[in-house]
Amino acid sequence: MNSGVKRISPYKIISMMILIILAILFAFPLYWIVTGAFKTGASINATTPDWFPKEWVLDNFQKLFSRQTAPLWEFAIPFSSKFSADGNAIVFAAGPTVPAAIRWLVNTVFMALMAMALTCLTASMAGYVLAKKRFKGRAVLFGLIVCAMALPKQVILIPLLREMSSLSLYNTIWAVIFPTVGWPFGVFLMKQFSEGIPGEMLEAARIDGAGEIKTFASIVIPMIKPGIGALAIFTFINSWNDYFMQLIMLSSTNRLTISLGIAKLQAENSTDFGLIMAGATLAAVPIIIVFIAFQKYFTQGITMGAVKG
Amino acid sequence: MAKTANTTSRSRVLAMRETRAAYLFLLPSLIFFVGFVIIPMVLCVYTSFFDSTMGKDTQDIFIGLQNYVELWKDPIFLRSLKNTFIIVVVSVPTVCIFSLWIASVIYNLKGPVLSTFRCIFYLPVVTGSVAVTVVWKWMFNNYYGIFNYVGKGLGLIDTNINWLGDERFALWCIILILFTTSVGQPIVLYVSALGNVDSSLVEASQVDGANSFQLFWKIKWPLIMPTTLYILVITTINSFQCFALIQLLTSGGPNHSTDTVMYYIYYTAFKLYRYGYANSMGVILAIFIAVLSAVQFKLAQEK
Repeated sequence: MNSGVKRISPYKIISMMILIILAILFAFPLYWIVTGAFKTGASINATTPDWFPKEWVLDNFQKLFSRQTAPLWEFAIPFSSKFSADGNAIVFAAGPTVPAAIRWLVNTVFMALMAMALTCLTASMAGYVLAKKRFKGRAVLFGLIVCAMALPKQVILIPLLREMSSLSLYNTIWAVIFPTVGWPFGVFLMKQFSEGIPGEMLEAARIDGAGEIKTFASIVIPMIKPGIGALAIFTFINSWNDYFMQLIMLSSTNRLTISLGIAKLQAENSTDFGLIMAGATLAAVPIIIVFIAFQKYFTQGITMGAVKG
Repeated sequence: MAKTANTTSRSRVLAMRETRAAYLFLLPSLIFFVGFVIIPMVLCVYTSFFDSTMGKDTQDIFIGLQNYVELWKDPIFLRSLKNTFIIVVVSVPTVCIFSLWIASVIYNLKGPVLSTFRCIFYLPVVTGSVAVTVVWKWMFNNYYGIFNYVGKGLGLIDTNINWLGDERFALWCIILILFTTSVGQPIVLYVSALGNVDSSLVEASQVDGANSFQLFWKIKWPLIMPTTLYILVITTINSFQCFALIQLLTSGGPNHSTDTVMYYIYYTAFKLYRYGYANSMGVILAIFIAVLSAVQFKLAQEK
């Protein structure tokens, strides 16, 4: 610990003040979204802005929810759009009718959870092997992963779209999930975490007669749990916010994510800021809560991904 | 470690078994990686040599390097390339310096205070590009926007400015928003890098009478160099790929003053349906990013 006279320099005081002002400015857009969502129409369109809503109303949310409706969930027969009469997928089970915005939230949560689960599973298996096993082609594969990570993800979206349509996955949530899972950052991150597993533990398990899968499940997984936590939260948030990919892959109203829904709302009612802020609140608040709850893992994931990056 | 012929052959069997097990573990990940990353990458380069336009022909026509030749004669592409470079050149250094300064102020604060600040600066990233963009659109609005109100209140401007509709300001508005959504990750990285600086080195230099300025440049700066390098690379990649802001705020306007390469790629592919031409831009963009990242690595290694 630092011993010595504790003295607060004027530089420190000034920088703390600047820091606090900057923090307020950075938090302001979010504050403006959430308060804007609860303001009255008159308050939104006032030339003198209300810094704090004079009265809190739910008008904007009511307007948002009464615009369009959609079934809460739908199960379609896979690839049925190929042989159905109208070229749409055949839905064999659908949920109760709800406001479309709720459906968009359901889609988004499903997409983010699915991308998260698949990424964690595949990446932890691959990362462990790349870190702990010596096999032919390992160096080539790892080089390929690092190179792919450095390239801009969005550049591949156009060929990806054509690939998805030829696989009949276009305009399904899987078209967004699969490329997210394929992105090699997760494998890289899990390799970093797996380096820390002591080789003796794996050796001991092998001598005890444990097979590869058992070793992986009972030794590797518990050791890299913090890494999986970091990757899970990282994938969840990135997938939730990957607007470009969603924009290109999804088109019909029932299939939209919340981000796309809000973007569409904005395109159709560009000056009804109250309505748009209500939508933005719906899109932003859940993910912010998730972020704050798992902040510790998230920070760890960002830092680990950069080590030796 | 004496090896007899017997153990060598056994170890070869073991090695083969190990390789097979390794690929079985890699398989699920490889399916997604090859299927949805590598194949599209190859296709991107491949179609860039074709005139692949939807509705024009059923089959793609091989045209060699013609797309690449056309690029350098396309004034909109050149304009968007210039805008993209302005964004990169302005935002990369400012993001790096700003986040380093913030991190150096907050990194030795107490745990909860530190994580509160870190969280606040990360908020615009988590909020998501769409929600962030729509609120900025409101704040920049000509009539109801808070920028005009505050600007007039402080006496900075006389009349309302149509920030996003004015060629002089639109790109700078985009850069400002991009800035707020870019500093979150660098701050987290710098906080952890500064926290990892060996405290015995710091104390030793303090005993030697180094002031805090020397302490920073002589001790801390070289130690956090790898982090700086990583931040430079990711910020460069992010700035090159600036898309959502443009698409939602200005659609490249007014008069192409906010067109970026990424937006123009999107426009060419999904409004003009010229996939081949769009892909050739994608290839050029990827090359620019790769070269710039390599240069940054080289420079950092020389230091």
